[in-house]
Amino acid sequence: MKHTISILVENHAGVLSRISGLFSRRGFNIDSLAVGVTDDPKVSRVTIVADGDEHTVEQLEKQLNKLIDTIKVKALEPDELLSRELQLIKINASSQQRSEILTICEIMGARIIDISPNTMTLEISDTTMHLARFEELIKPYGIKEIVRTGVIAIQKGADTIKK
Amino acid sequence: MIKAAEAMVKCLENEGVKVVFGYPGAAICPFYDELTHSDIHHVLVRREDNAGHAASGYARISGKPAVCIATSGPGATNLLTAIATAYADSIPIVCITGQVSTDQIGCDVFQEVDITGAAEPFVKYSYLIKDAAQLPRIFKEAFYLAGSGRKGPVLIDVPVDIQQTMIDFDYPESVELRTYKPTVKGNTMQIKKVCEALKAAERPLICAGGGVIAADACRELRDFAEKTRIPVVSTMMGLGIFPTEHPLYMGMLGMHGVRTANEAVSKCDTMLLIGARVGDRAVCSPKFLAETTKIIHIDVDPAEIGKNIHVDIPLVGDCKNILGELSAHIDNAERKDWLEELSRVKNTVPHEDETQGYVNPKMFIRKLSAKLPENTVCVADVGQNQIWTCNNFNFKGGRFLTSGGMGTMGYSIPAAIGAKMASLESEVVAVCGDGSFQMQMMELATIVQEKLPVKIILMRNNRLGMVRELQTNQYGDNQTAVHIADGNPDFVALAKSYGINAERVCTMAEAEAAIEHLCESAEPYLLECNVWRNESTL
Repeated sequence: MKHTISILVENHAGVLSRISGLFSRRGFNIDSLAVGVTDDPKVSRVTIVADGDEHTVEQLEKQLNKLIDTIKVKALEPDELLSRELQLIKINASSQQRSEILTICEIMGARIIDISPNTMTLEISDTTMHLARFEELIKPYGIKEIVRTGVIAIQKGADTIKK
Repeated sequence: MIKAAEAMVKCLENEGVKVVFGYPGAAICPFYDELTHSDIHHVLVRREDNAGHAASGYARISGKPAVCIATSGPGATNLLTAIATAYADSIPIVCITGQVSTDQIGCDVFQEVDITGAAEPFVKYSYLIKDAAQLPRIFKEAFYLAGSGRKGPVLIDVPVDIQQTMIDFDYPESVELRTYKPTVKGNTMQIKKVCEALKAAERPLICAGGGVIAADACRELRDFAEKTRIPVVSTMMGLGIFPTEHPLYMGMLGMHGVRTANEAVSKCDTMLLIGARVGDRAVCSPKFLAETTKIIHIDVDPAEIGKNIHVDIPLVGDCKNILGELSAHIDNAERKDWLEELSRVKNTVPHEDETQGYVNPKMFIRKLSAKLPENTVCVADVGQNQIWTCNNFNFKGGRFLTSGGMGTMGYSIPAAIGAKMASLESEVVAVCGDGSFQMQMMELATIVQEKLPVKIILMRNNRLGMVRELQTNQYGDNQTAVHIADGNPDFVALAKSYGINAERVCTMAEAEAAIEHLCESAEPYLLECNVWRNESTL
């Protein structure tokens, strides 16, 4: 089962390697990892999507909490989180295909951010599942390159990670 | 303004450090230069890992974080085994390494290695100092982290140019770590639950580990066990908490433990684990145990609870604090039947034979411990010598040190050096095999240079005995790479070449006379026991 874990950490040198090292040496598999600074420049927020059973996640939370740089760890329940992932896709696109691609993008909520005589670069930000559907739709044109940020997530409603 | 190197020394002085163990090199020379202006005594070891093990021995006896020092590159990598050893056994050491100049970091210059990166999986925390002004804060934090909560090794890597930088020195009085607040007091509800579970239990058992010693809670545990009349077994790291002959004490459990302890584990209905991490050598099948037994787990590290065994009642906090609370809230009990049942097993004395021309190591350890004073620090190495010592040494109130979690061969002599430095008034005895002795024999030089009357027992069976036994039992007796007789030196002559008194004994009668010499000697002493090559561990 997939778990989304949010971690607030001190923005110290080496903190990311401490976290990723912990995952590998305890045998936890990471699907994605995203990190960025928060409203407090001394604090970074890491979002990890990992695979494992309940026991694994409990262990993971405890081990993450044990790291000296960790401020807060929270495993977000699937039905109480909002998640997004940003993806940039470069596809083959001749001038005849452009309007067709544009329609798909409009329906799926993607934007066109660059264009060349034979390619288009698309940007989409949504849930991992939506991204997968979008990828299926544009695959026939020929994907040249994909880059994605990894999932970030936040709780629904007024709750925050600190509470 | 003072040099950061001088500030490093001042930090150590502020932490009350009296002795440090180390080995110099170019990248740590500014610090060594300043150390000569201090009263701190530097013990020069003969290889860096032994500085770490010596610090470990010192920390375990003094109860405070101890310091080891190495230079960059190979000096630092040599320290790694000692750091991992301390991490596995939760021993508070502060390791200071020199590093190449900050402008050269990442250029693969001479003796450069990413030691904070290499040590990351087995340090409690590490620092690479890049701003000299932060040095006092970092040292303060390092000592605090190493010696609080679940103790462990902390590494401080100091580039050589940082050591030469001038800084304002102001040692902080306290640390400010918003992310690190170990739980001391146990949750009141959980304490109540533990008391109720123990009250309801018919055959309760306490399993005490090294955490009890780390928390300085041996007296509290004894008081608690005596009040509730609950029998006690210990892990290897917990040996010495209870006197061997205490009526409630049932011995060491596990793969290499004694029958009484393992019977107690299999028969108990409720097990109180305290400061023990349910290591695989102590509890081989935790799943099975948890199915038949109610498990209570007390530990300062929440991540240990539920890691290796399913726990019914978790209780996080400092053992000393919690045991005090438990004793205050629990009623006295009798448990006559349960204790009688266990004592019957305990009182069956195992039969042992003497093999002609050899010293029986089990009998030897019993005789030795009978002659040693109560406050003896016994340091066992790793292998058969370790198990012989664990199961036959009569602990009366002294201390037992060994590398429990990592099983690091070559631990005993440097750790004994550290222990002796921490407690000059105690008798300190290291027990090792001919295999493990040769992983640390360069430290005889340190013993001599420091004039430390450390006593060494060398069990020579001309084998790497533990592995030999494993090959005999599980690999069809295909003995390979375990025969060391052909390379063994004359150990007595070797010791004498260092100026250390030494003797070789081949019978129990000779051994008994030699034990007298060993105990009477006010100088270092090495006693080589000729042990039969196929002597069994248990």
